[in-house]
Amino acid sequence: MTVQEVEQYSREQGRARETHEHARNGRRQGPLTQALGWFSIGLGAAELAIPGTLSKLIGVRDRHRPLLRSMGLREIAAGVGILVQRQPAGWMWARVAGDAIDLSLLGVALNSSHTRKSRAEIATAAIAGVTALDIVCGARRTKQSCPIRVKESIAVNKSSEECYRFWRDFQNFPRFMRHLESVEAGTGRRSHWRAKARAGMRVEWDAEIVEDRRDECISWRSAEDADIRHAGLVRFERAPGGRGTILHVNLHYGAPGGEIGAAFAKLFGEEPSQQIYDDLRNFKRMIETGEILTTEGQPSGRMAERTAQ
Amino acid sequence: MKANCWFGAEDVRVVDVPDPKILNHRDAIIKVTSTAICGSDIHLYDGYIPTMEEGDILGHEFMGEVVETGRGVRNLKAGDRVVVPFPIACGNCFSCQNQLYSMCENSNPNAWMAEKLWGHSPAGLFGYSHMLGGFAGGRAQYVRVPFADVGPIKIPEGIPDEQVLFLSDILPTGYMAAENCNIRRGDTIAVWGCGPVGQFAIESAYLLGAERVVAIDRFEYRLRMARDKGRAVTINYEREDVYDTLMEMTGGIGPDACIDAVGMEAHWPGPGYAYDRAKQALMLETDRAFVLRQAILACRSGGIISVPGVYGGFVDKVLFGAIVNKALTIKSGQTHVQKYLRPLLERIERGEIDSTFVITHRLRLQDAPQAYRTFRDKQDECVKVVLNPWVN
Repeated sequence: MTVQEVEQYSREQGRARETHEHARNGRRQGPLTQALGWFSIGLGAAELAIPGTLSKLIGVRDRHRPLLRSMGLREIAAGVGILVQRQPAGWMWARVAGDAIDLSLLGVALNSSHTRKSRAEIATAAIAGVTALDIVCGARRTKQSCPIRVKESIAVNKSSEECYRFWRDFQNFPRFMRHLESVEAGTGRRSHWRAKARAGMRVEWDAEIVEDRRDECISWRSAEDADIRHAGLVRFERAPGGRGTILHVNLHYGAPGGEIGAAFAKLFGEEPSQQIYDDLRNFKRMIETGEILTTEGQPSGRMAERTAQ
Repeated sequence: MKANCWFGAEDVRVVDVPDPKILNHRDAIIKVTSTAICGSDIHLYDGYIPTMEEGDILGHEFMGEVVETGRGVRNLKAGDRVVVPFPIACGNCFSCQNQLYSMCENSNPNAWMAEKLWGHSPAGLFGYSHMLGGFAGGRAQYVRVPFADVGPIKIPEGIPDEQVLFLSDILPTGYMAAENCNIRRGDTIAVWGCGPVGQFAIESAYLLGAERVVAIDRFEYRLRMARDKGRAVTINYEREDVYDTLMEMTGGIGPDACIDAVGMEAHWPGPGYAYDRAKQALMLETDRAFVLRQAILACRSGGIISVPGVYGGFVDKVLFGAIVNKALTIKSGQTHVQKYLRPLLERIERGEIDSTFVITHRLRLQDAPQAYRTFRDKQDECVKVVLNPWVN
């Protein structure tokens, strides 16, 4: 398999994965987010189709049809975005921004002598209510944002054969990947993975090897029924000038919603890419030097201060 | 054990700390018999190096006796006398295998910090900030030495500590500074800074074939040492204009290579100094680059600027146009000490190098806090302080 083929393969896998995830995510979004998505589409459709009637309903003069129609388009876009995206957080915040525009326009209308105050006030109250829901929902979604996609590469001063051999034994992974507790080999191409999650929680899943080309590449993904959607690809490229091997690694984690998902996502911190690069560096340290150099446990004056106290 | 720890700018203390342990199997524990204060320690003392933490054990120039080795260390055994290089190097990575030991790719556990600032991380160093590894230093009674199978060099019986202690840093640093000048017979080399590294750079430049070395400083006692021990021609920059004097000496050609053995805390008379101090205080620049500026101006066209002095971050008003239009080469780097240990030890054994002349102060470890001030403020004609951790 050539490098191009592997990349193509990985892209296809990625697409298949995304479609798969999308189907799952549709169910996982939570009723409030979904309701707000549909509300957006409904309101948008009304603004687009019957701007006159809508104007009457909210008590403003029927002289702003183009404005209402453009607001309708915006609503529909946000609604579709919320329902379709794997990560609706961004679109939820788009809704909040839209709410702010609506509220300010209603504020202008309220000060106009042509407006029927009572209806406009009801409309304003309704929008304010929806805004509150949007903010709650957006905040919740932001917290849960956790698909992690990382693409990193690192040069290792060892042959691709040695790198492949070390990597192929998945049980080695916890030695350099900090978020993993253990990986046990199962039967055939299957393995069982255990990851630490914050707050004392633990996530486990089964994974299987998808592709295994000696000294060239390995790819794997979580089993269909796993709670964590995980996929990985590593390519071993011979570095020019006899400088060993360049590892190209793609990792993807799609954690479930809810507490476990959030706790798992937190493992990767603010910069998952940085953390995974550090893990790869640990791989390099292991395979080049036979150990990961540490300073944990060395003396310092900090200890002296503590014991003195 | 007793150790010299950093607690803040101008606040170093000798305190009791736990003894070090083997943490990785390529570690060794060394009982320190001699340790020194380096000019670069002054940058830590003055608070110019970021990512120091209260309680960090200082010291990167030390030697001693092996007391324990991890199971991965087969070339050393308890009782061996060793000098330990200040950069920690694995010996396995591409950099190490190309003798760029101070660029070791595996010895800085906090490599990400250095990468954020510099793009890549150098090797971990003993007692020189967390950005450079956060390793406990050797200005203590004991020290843990990682990758002990690669760094430390065994010292034969009969050679006293003082003869070889400076192999840990300043002697190879001065030597590499001169080597970086690609000296050809007949060359004139100018050395800014007559501290210990400058003194060794002068000596090394002659060893490598220079015909004339010009030493620049403002402290008469250091210039005297450069003249008497190093056979250098000297310029006191407070009395003479450096550029004019160098041009006069070379008939307008300029020195073939210029060595900046001063680094980030350069002093200079005149308004330029106040300007840089102010910018440094306002965090608009991190390093004061007078010497670099002056060396670039004075260096002959096609010459080399060699920088053993420590810089940490940004410098201001460096005349890059002169580098381009005069076809200058800049060479620098933390010293690849491991590369120089064996050849320099041989030169010491043959009597070609005697580095003990820089030692002006022999003190106890407990004296470290006072010694820092004496050394920084150039009191008492101080050039180099050597400390014994075991004398009370």
